[in-house]
Amino acid sequence: MTEIQVPVVRNILQANERLAAENRRRFDEAGIFVVNLMSSPGAGKTSLLEKTIEALTGRMGIAVIEGDLQSSYDAERIRKKGVQAVQINTDGGCHLDGNMIQIALESLDLSKVDLLIIENVGNLVCPAEFNLGEHEKIMILSIAEGDDKPIKYPLMFQICSVVLVNKIDLLPYTDCDLGKIRERVRQLNARGKIMEISCRTGEGFAPWLSWVEEKVGEHRKLRAGKHQ
Amino acid sequence: MHELSIAESLLRIIVDESKKHGLERISKIKLQIGKFTAVIPDSLNFCFEMVSEGTVAAGARIEIETVGVTAKCDKCDSSFEVEDRVFLCPRCGEPALELLSGRELSILSIEGETGEEDDGNSSSCCS
Repeated sequence: MTEIQVPVVRNILQANERLAAENRRRFDEAGIFVVNLMSSPGAGKTSLLEKTIEALTGRMGIAVIEGDLQSSYDAERIRKKGVQAVQINTDGGCHLDGNMIQIALESLDLSKVDLLIIENVGNLVCPAEFNLGEHEKIMILSIAEGDDKPIKYPLMFQICSVVLVNKIDLLPYTDCDLGKIRERVRQLNARGKIMEISCRTGEGFAPWLSWVEEKVGEHRKLRAGKHQ
Repeated sequence: MHELSIAESLLRIIVDESKKHGLERISKIKLQIGKFTAVIPDSLNFCFEMVSEGTVAAGARIEIETVGVTAKCDKCDSSFEVEDRVFLCPRCGEPALELLSGRELSILSIEGETGEEDDGNSSSCCS
């Protein structure tokens, strides 16, 4: 027996990174803008999707991948809005990964899709570590969760390009301080856009919808450029 | 509990590297983990113990080198250590947009026994 030490130097998540890169290539070839939507359970991910789909249907092709531990409840909610939705059940798994997305893509017809939204499992910790091949990571923080969340889950707030602060219609009934949320997010992530919305009343949706349309437009242009 | 997925990925790489280097039993695994990852070392240890049972890495000790969080200021170009999750440059107060370190999640080395007799052939020794 010989005891030896072998230098390895490999990223532990390299297998996932490879799959995410493959997904990304596929999205780019098709000119689809892809968003990885994250939040804690109950912050309003599915409600945001419903409202966004209602507003943008007819202006672009939309598809949704729904990630949940169990049930196809959310995918059914989305299908009612008239768009393609495929459900991934992680059976207890706390996040989506590149491989799950690859499998879900087999059930989607991407030919007329401009915007693909991947709704991750409700969790502010684990999904932050796993790239799916998306172009942008965005998150929802709801007022009822409190203004301390950026301090407690810094990685999630640091990596997202948009932080949607949802349920602002509840502000009068809580001690949540919007100013503190803005300040705490800015300290972590100066590039991150903060948008205050209410999925219930529709307040604040205009900037969010224009952001989505602008991004979809950029990716459409890339697609048009490729097919010239 | 995404430490379980991370432990599984880690095991896959270790089994692969063990085969490559002819290791029959792994005794130590050195990892590098940034302080800005969402990984709890104790959970990772626990999960790895569970998934490595009955494999070449069963019973291996995990040694973790932690890496601090550093960022670079866009305005004055200085690099600084991020304290208390505040990504603002201590020199000019500007927000730093570039994270230099803190998200590492890598294997550095593995240590273990080869099946061969020690015949003085040092070709396999890299330390």
